[in-house]
Amino acid sequence: MTKQEWPLWEIFIRGAHGLSHRHVGSLHAPDAEMAIKNARDVYTRRKEGVSIWAVESSAIVASSPEDKGHLYDPADDKVYRHPTFFDIPDDVGAM
Amino acid sequence: MYAQMVKSTGQGVKSLDEMDPQERAFQERINAGDKIEPKDWMPAGYRKTLIRQIGQHAHSEIVGQLPEGNWITRAPTLERKAILLAKVQDEAGHGLYLYCAAETLGVTRDELTEMLLDGRMKYSSIFNYPTLTWADMGAVGWLVDGAAIMNQVPLQRTSYGPYARAMVRICKEESFHQRQGFDIMMKMANGTTAQKRMAQDALNRFWGPSLMMFGPSDGDSVHSAQSMAWKIKMNGNDELRQLFVDQTAPQAEYLGLTIPDETLNWNDEKGGYDFAQPDWDEFFDVLKGNGPEAANRMEARNKAWDDGAWVRDGMMAHADKKRAAKLAAE
Amino acid sequence: MSNLFEFACRMGDNSLVLGHRVSEWCGVAPVLEEDIALANIALDLIGQTQLWLGLAAEIEGSDRDADALAFRRDVWDFRNLLLVEQPNRDFGHTMMRQFLFDAWHFEMLGALKGSDHTQISAIAEKSLKEVTYHLERSTDTVIALGDGTEESHNRMQNALDRLWPYVGEMFLNDDCDHIDTSSLRPAFDARLADVLGQATLVQPDSTFTHKGGKTGARHTEALGHMLAVMQSLPRAYPDAKW
Repeated sequence: MTKQEWPLWEIFIRGAHGLSHRHVGSLHAPDAEMAIKNARDVYTRRKEGVSIWAVESSAIVASSPEDKGHLYDPADDKVYRHPTFFDIPDDVGAM
Repeated sequence: MYAQMVKSTGQGVKSLDEMDPQERAFQERINAGDKIEPKDWMPAGYRKTLIRQIGQHAHSEIVGQLPEGNWITRAPTLERKAILLAKVQDEAGHGLYLYCAAETLGVTRDELTEMLLDGRMKYSSIFNYPTLTWADMGAVGWLVDGAAIMNQVPLQRTSYGPYARAMVRICKEESFHQRQGFDIMMKMANGTTAQKRMAQDALNRFWGPSLMMFGPSDGDSVHSAQSMAWKIKMNGNDELRQLFVDQTAPQAEYLGLTIPDETLNWNDEKGGYDFAQPDWDEFFDVLKGNGPEAANRMEARNKAWDDGAWVRDGMMAHADKKRAAKLAAE
Repeated sequence: MSNLFEFACRMGDNSLVLGHRVSEWCGVAPVLEEDIALANIALDLIGQTQLWLGLAAEIEGSDRDADALAFRRDVWDFRNLLLVEQPNRDFGHTMMRQFLFDAWHFEMLGALKGSDHTQISAIAEKSLKEVTYHLERSTDTVIALGDGTEESHNRMQNALDRLWPYVGEMFLNDDCDHIDTSSLRPAFDARLADVLGQATLVQPDSTFTHKGGKTGARHTEALGHMLAVMQSLPRAYPDAKW
């Protein structure tokens, strides 16, 4: 049994296209440095050229949220992560 | 499905007139397609049911790493090894997204984990089956992920915001999983005699358990009715099972494999296949913890958690020391 | 066999064997975030294997490809360092092994990047980006667990003591090595001293070194068991395509 659970962090990422940081999700880490590293592994699959912010979830002050869903692209050098990597013949139909 | 037979309040669905004003406003928001967010008011039953459902879904992703992880060290080519590893890694990621979604409801990941490990919470019945040959990696991707997608795609529109957002991310990654499974099946079905036998054997063993993933018919289940009213369950079990069979039967035919159901037959009138129900006695046995690999799955998860305790504690202790040193220096 | 072929096998077998070892953690790591991070490291190493063994196959010029080299050679033909074939034991051994290898790998790839062999230099440059991150992460973990609790400290010290006799082989040099690997030692030692200091771990004072991995003269028993698992399908079904 772990004595103390790693704190929860909210992760914000700014992609290579110059848009502002966006919330992509959360994760657990013992401290801020590891939160950034874990975010690289979990939320960018190590795509380069991105900037990551990690904020301890307990430090967030929130109004009633109204945010809409969003996506973040996984690293594009792992081509097999993309469904189109697998050539499914047309006559199989939708997959 | 990854969340099977999730119990809700068990009290049946109230009509809008029977609800108090707060609950009624809540239900009206859901009916209007609004998303419920963590800080919004919600009925206790909605919160509790969601924790059960998202938790079970997350546990399924985590336990679901094991049957496929069973073959990572035996993948037959470097590329297959990388693909399978990436896929099982995605499952860990999906588990993580879902635990985070559950955490917004006021439960911690550690609490959920402990409920899995001591048997208070369940995971999908499908992951209690063994993976015996490489063709099972194909069958799991093709059938198990194929069945999961049937349920997960509509859940992107579920009423709870964090859950819906997790599902959007998951569905985006999940599509490659099913295709890599079918890709393996194609190679096997068109391969040597031994490979074809493996492919058919995998289909024989995974067909019934895949149909069970949708859960028994929920025609008169009060739990299902309430969950559907809350839009945390989007479709009936039979409806999704039918969709799955209709999608999968032609794919099996394409592969030159035979679905192990002599009654399987296209029914023009209903515009879908007639098919035999899976063995529901077996399903309830598995749900009670008697799945062929159930004891091994729980042992593996418990061992990982127990063996990892010193790591989690060690990393936390170091972080605490660093924080203390920083404060002392200020 | 040519020296260059031998060298490409050394690099490829290191990443194959270590990548395989790391992949054994998939699904059973101490915490989800580590599970995902370890899988990324394994994926990078398997990717590097494809490049190095692909190059080896090209140099050899016979009908073997990277998969044939990975899945159809037996223990005595493997050319990886003894360090990377050591079993995972616990997470502490795994991360200590990773750190020791990463610290060497980082210097090695840095030197290879300057090679006038264009393929070697290109593979080194691509791999170095990945390995820079591996090293950052394994360094942080070794420091955190070395400094963490009494138990984590003891486990990390045990891991270091147990793996220490395999460190020296990384810097043994022969004609097959594309660069002088002994020249990497000072930078490695400086980093090691710094990291172990922060981790409150004590470097063993023995200079004894096990050898025989990179030359293939004498692997440890662990490698045979690993290959028995890894190669089982291509061995059992030699005619099959996967």
